[in-house]
Amino acid sequence: MKDKLIPSIIIISFIIIFLIFYKGLQETNIYIPKSEIKKDIPIFSSVKFDSNENINSSEIFNSNKFYLLNIWASWCVPCRQEHTYLMRLSENNKVTLIGLNYKDNFNNAQNFLMKLGNPYEVIFLDEDGTISIEWGAYGVPETFLIHKNKIVAKYIGPLNEKLINEINSIVK
Amino acid sequence: MKNLKIFLIILLIIPNLSFADNQLERNKITKNLRCLICQGQSVYDSDSDFANSMKILVDKKLEEGLSENEIYDFFKEKYGEWILYDPGLNKNTYILWLLPLLIFLLGGAIIMKKLRFKN
Repeated sequence: MKDKLIPSIIIISFIIIFLIFYKGLQETNIYIPKSEIKKDIPIFSSVKFDSNENINSSEIFNSNKFYLLNIWASWCVPCRQEHTYLMRLSENNKVTLIGLNYKDNFNNAQNFLMKLGNPYEVIFLDEDGTISIEWGAYGVPETFLIHKNKIVAKYIGPLNEKLINEINSIVK
Repeated sequence: MKNLKIFLIILLIIPNLSFADNQLERNKITKNLRCLICQGQSVYDSDSDFANSMKILVDKKLEEGLSENEIYDFFKEKYGEWILYDPGLNKNTYILWLLPLLIFLLGGAIIMKKLRFKN
């Protein structure tokens, strides 16, 4: 009995280890931060895109309506993809679009907006990328839906038809 | 004249010392922060846009007078425990911390039992 016990324990342990590793192979090991919901928005100050005027976050998010903060850059290809959806969303007057221009060249960003349209009510600059980190973002594009100074929803990556419908149904 | 020279040298060294201090502190903190773009690399090792911004932000927080742990808490709140290479003991990580200890105790117990059996 004892002679059989040890080999069977070894075999079972190997099977368990094999299954754990096999399952690990199929799972993606890229970590995506959890979408923090119902978090207070960070307080920051920055510079306006078109006027170089200093602006404080409390001046931007000052009412109780819905705001959509979109982090974008002219060099970011997925930002081009989502821009048509943002233009469509800007027609909805229940949500105000705010742009955060991430590590961009002013002329390129201006050309981008001239070519594809400007859906944003206010754009401010994040020249060194630190404001995006304050928001908990780690790349472009990233979008935050804000209501009553709290983050209601967070979208990592470009927006699409489905997400635009979702946003429209939240702000309704 | 000699005194003046010494005084000038000291004057030049003092700001450098505090700069070096901040630099050391910054390096220590960024080595313990994980880069989310090139995962597997620390912020210190990485040269991605995200990591460079993190380094600037760590500098800013140090200038604001935040301690090492306060800076970790700040990033933990933004990105979760995963951002740290050296996670603290809490309900999500207790297995990670206690398992080696348990295995060590179990191994010790087996060895003790064997030794006693031999004797």
